[in-house]
Amino acid sequence: MAKPATFKDHYRETRIFRFRALVATVIVLVAMLILVIRLFYLQIYQHETYRTKADSNRISKHPIAPNRGLIFDRNGVLLADNQPTYSVSIIKELAGDIDQTIESIGNLITLKEGTAKRFKKRLSQRRRPFSEVPLRYRLNEEEIAKLSVNLHNMPGVSIEASLVRSYPHKSALAHTIGYVGRINERELKKVNANNYSATEHIGKTGVERFYENQLHGQVGFQTVETNARGKITRVLDREAPTPGDNLHLYLDWATQQAAIKAIGDRRGAAIAIDPNTGGILAFASMPAFDANLFVTGIDYKSYKDLQESRARPLFNRGIQGQYPPGSTIKPIVAIAGVEKGTTNWERTIYDPGWYKLENDDHLYRDWKKYGHGMVNLSKAIMRSCDTYFYELAHNLGIDNIHDFMAPFGFGTRTNIDLVSEKPGILPSRFWKKATKSQPWYPGETLIAGIGQGYMLATPLQLAVSTAVLANRGKNIAPRMVQSIETDGYIEDLPTPEKSNDIVLTDPLNWTKAIASMEKVVHNPRGTAYKLSKGIQYKMAGKSGTAQVFTIKQDEKYDASKISEWHRDHALFIAFAPIENPKIAVAVIIENGGGGGTNAGPVARAMIDAYLLPQLANANATPSSQEKP
Amino acid sequence: MIRNDFQRQFRSHGSPVTRRTSLLQAVHLDASLLGGVFLLLTAGLFVLYSASGESMPMVMRQLTRIVIGLVVMMVMAQISPSSYKRWSPWLYVIGIGLLIGVLVLGTQAKGAQRWLPLPGGTRFQPSEVMKLIVPMMVSWYLAERALPPQWKPVVASCILILIPTLLIAKQPDLGTSLLIASSGIFALFLSGLRWRVIGGFAVSLIPIATGAWFLMRDYQKQRVLTFLDPERDPWGTGWNIIQSKTAIGSGGLNGKGWLNGTQAHLDFLPESHTDFIIAVLAEEFGLVGVCTLLILYFAIIGRGIYIAMNAQDTYSRLLAGSITLTFFVYIFVNIGMVSGLLPVVGVPLPFVSYGGTSIVTLFAGFGILMSVQTHRKLLSR
Repeated sequence: MAKPATFKDHYRETRIFRFRALVATVIVLVAMLILVIRLFYLQIYQHETYRTKADSNRISKHPIAPNRGLIFDRNGVLLADNQPTYSVSIIKELAGDIDQTIESIGNLITLKEGTAKRFKKRLSQRRRPFSEVPLRYRLNEEEIAKLSVNLHNMPGVSIEASLVRSYPHKSALAHTIGYVGRINERELKKVNANNYSATEHIGKTGVERFYENQLHGQVGFQTVETNARGKITRVLDREAPTPGDNLHLYLDWATQQAAIKAIGDRRGAAIAIDPNTGGILAFASMPAFDANLFVTGIDYKSYKDLQESRARPLFNRGIQGQYPPGSTIKPIVAIAGVEKGTTNWERTIYDPGWYKLENDDHLYRDWKKYGHGMVNLSKAIMRSCDTYFYELAHNLGIDNIHDFMAPFGFGTRTNIDLVSEKPGILPSRFWKKATKSQPWYPGETLIAGIGQGYMLATPLQLAVSTAVLANRGKNIAPRMVQSIETDGYIEDLPTPEKSNDIVLTDPLNWTKAIASMEKVVHNPRGTAYKLSKGIQYKMAGKSGTAQVFTIKQDEKYDASKISEWHRDHALFIAFAPIENPKIAVAVIIENGGGGGTNAGPVARAMIDAYLLPQLANANATPSSQEKP
Repeated sequence: MIRNDFQRQFRSHGSPVTRRTSLLQAVHLDASLLGGVFLLLTAGLFVLYSASGESMPMVMRQLTRIVIGLVVMMVMAQISPSSYKRWSPWLYVIGIGLLIGVLVLGTQAKGAQRWLPLPGGTRFQPSEVMKLIVPMMVSWYLAERALPPQWKPVVASCILILIPTLLIAKQPDLGTSLLIASSGIFALFLSGLRWRVIGGFAVSLIPIATGAWFLMRDYQKQRVLTFLDPERDPWGTGWNIIQSKTAIGSGGLNGKGWLNGTQAHLDFLPESHTDFIIAVLAEEFGLVGVCTLLILYFAIIGRGIYIAMNAQDTYSRLLAGSITLTFFVYIFVNIGMVSGLLPVVGVPLPFVSYGGTSIVTLFAGFGILMSVQTHRKLLSR
């Protein structure tokens, strides 16, 4: 600083400084006032707004999904369960490099192609910071183990558990209990959205759908205080969810298994009903599919395979399959004939192997080429003589057949507690006029008399009509669910509305028709005599063989010559024991061939499975006393 | 030089004429300033205990820093203003050298290059000491000139301020460069910078701000945009300010009570123990608590200005004044930023925010204030 000394006016400098210092003090004061005003604005004027904001920051009301009700068979066998399922989630804020995290997870477990993309889409949606975003669902035990071991290397990655529906018997009850699946927006509109706020699944088919309200339960809530990382610090209030009710079915798991085993890899349906209650003891529709596939979402390819399979595994044959009932309706037509006075149990006709209407060259053929010879009504049932029933139907007329069969449940939905049931067709003059705008032709009455032509019935309708027959006219309403269990308290469901009982002018007609059906099984000349081998009870049955493919006049049906898909359907109805019927069964095997030999054994297997343990129990008490 | 010699002589004769001396004065400490700072520190530790999630280790660490700071303050108070004045240009040159060193050799932390590695694994933040060196330098420079300063000294002072400011802004550390710039500007202002020049500066701020926008880093631009509208990114850059306003607003008049602030304790408030600690205080002690704190701050600032006004030479005056006013800038920028009046810049709340280096610098500044107050000589009065 080699500059010449500057003149400094110390007095003036001090004065200036003091003035400036005062100005600065005033500025400080004003600035502080601004701060106070700002704080006043935030803390007093806008206090309510920010208090609400602070509360909504930390306090949140989380819905808690109720546990879905369980489903049991009549003996308490668990048919639908809830199992924990595990998914792997990532908290973005803790994970750091998302791509690298996904990659390291991908090195441990299989991630399909679109997984990362879908995850990033979920990630980009509006969400709270520090929320867990699921990457992949349904981890198996091996994957859980692999991930758990490496979790400490992957910040922000966690494994989450939740309860999901599980069907331990996989495909066995896919058409009966049905399945649950991810709830969609359309379904959400139909239910109380508030009650479903935590629910991910809803019953899509079967009992799961029909009893959705009972199975679902009531949503619970918990008011929690969470920190900024979404971690719950305290539970402020909790309203527990009410679990769904448990359902107890009429279904007998042993009988169901027997039906599935007996049908094997053929296509068909088998339904067993308790004639006393209308309870469904077994309901099999084959082939089926693993119901578990649908719970957490089926992948596109598996679904496409199921849907495009010619065997139609997704199709519920029991209530949606409509088949010509064939000769299985003969006992009912026989009773109708006697009741209307068209025939009686003594009258005999000669069967040359065909029947012919006047003014018509068409030969209506019996299944037996050269006929059954002299045939009365009972023999006509036992031997399944078509000619007798052509004549009987012709004399009765279609409207008499319609009117008599309608109370047995043909042509109308049984209103069973399942969804998407088909009504079948019970033709009449009126029906044909209404649906086809055509007059009724006499020839159509003939084939209706042997359950062919327009007539269609679901296996369930056949089972119901068999049960009514077994009950000697006492009507039933078929039901899956017997009772509902709420909080451990089991209450039977009210008896559903059912059709009027069928009262005959002569109740003996029931006995005689049933006796004829007994001969079908137990008489060596019966069409299903083979079924009586080793049988321990009296069983009434009736075989049926429904034509799928119309063969030309004078052409012989040769199963080996026509495609499998055009072969006859095999049908069989049965009930047992005859005096005190406990089970009524209807079986259809698609393109299975002759009813007695192909469908009959399925019926026998089911009845055995249901009755034999009961018979063994009944015998056990006296026999144990006889022990030496 | 002449006066210094005179003073030294005077002292060597003993000082029979000194005023009634207290023990504190004997060790060159100012009782009022010290009392205010102690009150502030006590309050700050209580708030810190709450803001840190009731972490006693954190409070202990802060206490350790306070003790270190107190020692530094006492040492600084012993050194006479004339010594500071003598050292000012040399300190400035060394400081600038260190700042350049940081840009060349510095270590990075949180995306900024602010630290100079020291042997033994420790590190040093030259920008912190520049908070004191810059006002020293400007005061030294102006003290030698005729005041109010003419054009040339003003321009020279501006250059003296701009060099470290830009070097620190480049690190980047917007908060510190702002504090350093204002400390120099305050010295200029107190020296009697003409009002029309001040007006000219104010007007020229508009094009400077516009130009600065293009020089800013992305994150700095984000801060400004977020300041203008926090709701544009409520989960990202807007989160801090939304949550701090919520914390302050929800505190109301009397607050939620100590340790009961939900925003801080549930981690909604980020940086709750450092730059945003005032929000914790506002949430737990309400408007009453914040106003009490502001009154305390104002008392300290008042004492600082009083010390400056009574300082015996221009250098001491300017230095004490600018240190005091910079202290105020800390407060205003911090509270303004947390309450949403100003954009977010990293400025701690003095003596309350948790943090190492800045609290030591603050103590050092107060040490200088005390030195100015306690080294006065009766004779000059």
